[in-house]
Amino acid sequence: MIQLQNLSKTFATGNGQLVAVDNVNLTVEQGEIFGIIGYSGAGKSTLIRLLNGLEKPTSGSVTVNGQEISSSSGQALRSARQKVSMIFQHFNLLWSRTVEDNISFPLEIAGISKANRTERVKELIELVGLTGRETAYPSQLSGGQKQRVGIARALANNPEVLLCDEATSALDPETTDAILELLVDINKRLGLTIVLITHEMHVIRKICHRVAVMEAGKVVEMGSVLEIFQTPEQAITKRFVAQINGPDAVSQTIAHLIEQYPSGKLVKLVFVGDRTEQPILSRLIKQYQVEVNIVQGNIAQTQNGAYGTLFLQIDGNELAIDQAIHYLHEQDVQTEVISHD
Amino acid sequence: MIENLLPNVDWDKMWEATLETLYMTAMATGFTFVIGLALGIVLFLTSPHQVWANKMVYWLTGAFVNIFRSIPFIILIILLIPFTKFLLDTIRGANAALPALIIGAAPFYARMVLIALREIDKGVIEAARSMGAKTSTIVWKVFLPESYPALLSGLTVTAIALVGYTAMAGIIGAGGLGTLAYLDGFQRDQKDVTLVSTIIILIIVFIIQWVGDGLTAKADKR
Ligand SMILES: Nc1ncnc2c1ncn2[C@@H]1O[C@H](COP(=O)(O)OP(=O)(O)OP(=O)(O)O)[C@@H](O)[C@H]1O
Ligand SMILES: [Mg+2]
Repeated sequence: MIQLQNLSKTFATGNGQLVAVDNVNLTVEQGEIFGIIGYSGAGKSTLIRLLNGLEKPTSGSVTVNGQEISSSSGQALRSARQKVSMIFQHFNLLWSRTVEDNISFPLEIAGISKANRTERVKELIELVGLTGRETAYPSQLSGGQKQRVGIARALANNPEVLLCDEATSALDPETTDAILELLVDINKRLGLTIVLITHEMHVIRKICHRVAVMEAGKVVEMGSVLEIFQTPEQAITKRFVAQINGPDAVSQTIAHLIEQYPSGKLVKLVFVGDRTEQPILSRLIKQYQVEVNIVQGNIAQTQNGAYGTLFLQIDGNELAIDQAIHYLHEQDVQTEVISHD
Repeated sequence: MIENLLPNVDWDKMWEATLETLYMTAMATGFTFVIGLALGIVLFLTSPHQVWANKMVYWLTGAFVNIFRSIPFIILIILLIPFTKFLLDTIRGANAALPALIIGAAPFYARMVLIALREIDKGVIEAARSMGAKTSTIVWKVFLPESYPALLSGLTVTAIALVGYTAMAGIIGAGGLGTLAYLDGFQRDQKDVTLVSTIIILIIVFIIQWVGDGLTAKADKR
């Protein structure tokens, strides 16, 4: 759906050249939710603005759905932009227009007739759950509601791609979750390709299929969200992953755990993908004469399934413990006995 | 009673002068709005980093605006006498005052338009561009509505300044309350005429201020 080839963007600033995007190559598939994460100044916004031609590349090319955006201009670019819409951190609604007139705005730009606009606006208001607020002005809405207007507005012309620049960074955690759910829902229902920029790893974890990590204008690591969480390679990626998993608490405390749970066996399970949805633990307890004690764990859901680690203390007679561990091995859950010999 | 207090005031003449002042103010405000708005928009669009960024046009327009904004109005009137004569074949009467009034006020308003446009949220303009809006669409559907309160309060200030300008124009014979106050009030030393003219001008100014403030407050949905 989207191809970036050797894409670079340099700004001339007061003190010399600033490379904001540095030779980026990536492909976003149709229907995918693709995340780009990086710290402030990494070049994320510049990159996403290259995708709809708000910024022209210094070199390289941007192709969206077969059209080379980077070399388009005038009417061709304006038509393309109606298919690559955007939502913003600060919503960017027109304060002078009501909710329905804000949503109607892109339809006016596209030259849709009044009657059709009214109908489409109604559908969109329902889709984003703003029924009853049609005639409110943005100043009368909460942040979450404003972003819903932003999303409705972005969807008005049935785009193929939705670009989200820190779309939830101005919202509280609960509202963030609600907006992210709305995005996933739209992605599934409309088959919309979403490119999302953020500096918060939990946003990536929650809704992205794949993620690219940006640092100083470069994409330093890229892969499925599950892969990145399991085996982050770059230091910066590890730091982002630690945002969710906590600062490597696990390895530091194993010794401590062994001390705390001296009897039975201490087992570490690593879940990846669908496994977590099966009732492995309850079967373990039902089928074997063992005591199972959850010592520590953390499991997170991603769009490609869940992943996480779980530490169990399994206690009982020798034989039963061995059988139980054998059972775990059979479940192709990564199992590791870490204690007591 | 009133006749005794204000022996020299000819109310018919006063009323006529008031209408002339209102006529000049209204016409000049109308033209100033259109010309000032156009100048302001050109200034904004050609300023650095904007869609039509163009040093030459920006500089020329800016120079025109700054020069005419800086010339004291009473001198501007005198400077423009040949121009007015060429345009209207006379320098007397309300219409003859209009070129000077407009040329004096439009650059002043253009500056306020520029300030109003600069205050529009850049994100909103960017959002409109991201939707594929043409520049003309952005001007009509983003610039004007999003800066409307500021444009309106700027126009209020300009209209009030114009009331003052009409009075000055009166001294070279434009008519209106200025002429009356100058010829009948000052030159014939009829202090009551000057007083009444002043009171009427104050009332006009207060009404403009009141209406302008009311409309501005009503328009602002922020
Ligand atoms: N128009 C511009 N002119 C000059 N420099 C720019 C311009 N736009 C961005 N930059 C610079 O490019 C770099 C990348 O900026 P960008 O906005 O893409 O970062 P970001 O990753 O989106 O950061 P944030 O998380 O703070 O939004 C920054 O150093 C910024 O100062
Ligand atoms: Mg940014």
